[in-house]
Amino acid sequence: MNILRKKSAANVPFSETVIETFIRLCGVSAIVFVFGIFFFVFREGAGFLFGGLDLGQFLTSPEWYPTSLSNKRYGTLALILGTFSVTALAMCIAVPFGLGAAIFVSEFCSPKLRETFKIIIELLAAIPSVVWGFIGLTLMNQLIIAVFNAPIGLTMLNGGIMLALMSVPIIVSIAEDALKAVPDSYREAAEALGATRWQVVYRVLLPAAKNGLLAAVLLGAARSIGETMAVLMATGHSVNIPSGPLSWIRTLTATIAAELGEVARGAEHYQVLFIIGILLFTITFVVNLIADLVIKGIRQDS
Amino acid sequence: MFTETEIGRQKRRIENVMRIFFLVMTSLMIIPLLLIIGYLLYKARPVLSLEFLFTNPKDNMRAGGLWAPFLGTIYLVVVSLLVSAPIGVFAAVYLSEYARESWFTRITNLAVVNLAGVPSIVHALFGVGAFVLFAGLGESILAASLTLAIMTLPVIIASTTEALKAVPMSFREACWNLGATRWQTIRRIVIPNSISGILTGVILQVSRAAGETAPIMFTGAVFYKAIAEGNLFAYNITEQCMALSLHLFTISTQVPDVTEGIPYGTAIVLVGSVLLVNAASIVLRVYLRTRKKW
Repeated sequence: MNILRKKSAANVPFSETVIETFIRLCGVSAIVFVFGIFFFVFREGAGFLFGGLDLGQFLTSPEWYPTSLSNKRYGTLALILGTFSVTALAMCIAVPFGLGAAIFVSEFCSPKLRETFKIIIELLAAIPSVVWGFIGLTLMNQLIIAVFNAPIGLTMLNGGIMLALMSVPIIVSIAEDALKAVPDSYREAAEALGATRWQVVYRVLLPAAKNGLLAAVLLGAARSIGETMAVLMATGHSVNIPSGPLSWIRTLTATIAAELGEVARGAEHYQVLFIIGILLFTITFVVNLIADLVIKGIRQDS
Repeated sequence: MFTETEIGRQKRRIENVMRIFFLVMTSLMIIPLLLIIGYLLYKARPVLSLEFLFTNPKDNMRAGGLWAPFLGTIYLVVVSLLVSAPIGVFAAVYLSEYARESWFTRITNLAVVNLAGVPSIVHALFGVGAFVLFAGLGESILAASLTLAIMTLPVIIASTTEALKAVPMSFREACWNLGATRWQTIRRIVIPNSISGILTGVILQVSRAAGETAPIMFTGAVFYKAIAEGNLFAYNITEQCMALSLHLFTISTQVPDVTEGIPYGTAIVLVGSVLLVNAASIVLRVYLRTRKKW
């Protein structure tokens, strides 16, 4: 809103100057906090990151033996692969449903039904992650044992389904915004040529909104990568190179959550957990940044 | 007259198939919601009662109720709200009323988006590094609430910005032309006209903060702490507390032989409170739409 800015009058009372300063301070707080998060997490892990940690081993070794007495290894490859495989699985489930629901809600729905669906999706988004983890631990665990005849149902598949359910609402809401952002004149032009709704969606809207839809998928993936409690409780929590949907895995986030409580402050293991935090922060930061650039891309086009 | 051609019929058939396909996909999302609430309620039936809410966990958390965790969650939510609501609302006022289109505003907006995207466990690490250790708060309700406040800040900023932007520009212009300063306009015109929208965001923050587990695990929430039953002021904000979300995690993964039904009861109390709060925000939003004056 940069239309008609009021020039501040010369005789603005002092109290107003104070409150405006406060507003400006709050305005930049988000920047301060993002840097603060990076700084403080970095600060706790920096000592070991620059003094002693074999970064090559950290990123490429699957051996995570942080508590071993004779053979300490801080390799996070298995954890990184765990995070990405469960996220990929979650996206395979969540993307078709999320985009399908977004298309239905934005293009095929009556306004009343649209409100109902949006409320349901909002409520789905509100369920806390620890509750999803609990569902994974109980209901989904038994389901997977029964369906796949697996010995234990706490697997990548279980975590993937939970993450999918958690990221669908994000994908739906951002994808719907992207579809809404396509000008109505596009729809009208296509319909005037005799296209059906589905043809409009398939031939006109999807190509026009592809950047926004991509951003929706990216933000859904970022949510999955960062999710902690659900994967901690539902994926079996064993350090493994993932070998299939029914294998037990452990993620970066779950490792921090499970081990931070048990290490002494300042110990190598403690610092490594903070370095994993930096890694997670960097991954999600980059994904969010890409999503933002992709969204900005559409604005410049239209 | 027009007669339907073969192509037209085929088009219509595809159209109907796609419509039903998308309807099914969307409807499938209702199922997990209903299934989860139904399943939890069914399993929790034996323990659900008012007494469950007002007695402490007993017998090494294998029996008893939810008083200590429930009160702890209320403390965490209220303290975090006291911090994040003013900062969030004023940040949104800045973004919607003061910031001009510039690279700096773009970076501020990007920071808000990124703050929302930071994983909850990284917020926990930040809370440990900044509040527990650096600020010297120790593991306390205060440290945990501050961590929650920063984590939920983007929720308030985003919804308040939207609410403020929905106030028509002409309202502001009319006020300015009467000689009001920018802050007077915000206080007398912009905020009163968007108060319901702002409240919606604040309510959503409550629901978000109540459900979070990871950020409070290492900053102030403990597995077990005995407090006086029935006393609303049983916690001190410089000490640790129990929390519903962490309690659910503990009794479902760490404690053996918990009485059947208690974890489900805890889950349903947690989901129930969060969904109730969300429902309140939805009702408020619908009410606001019917009352809209412009």
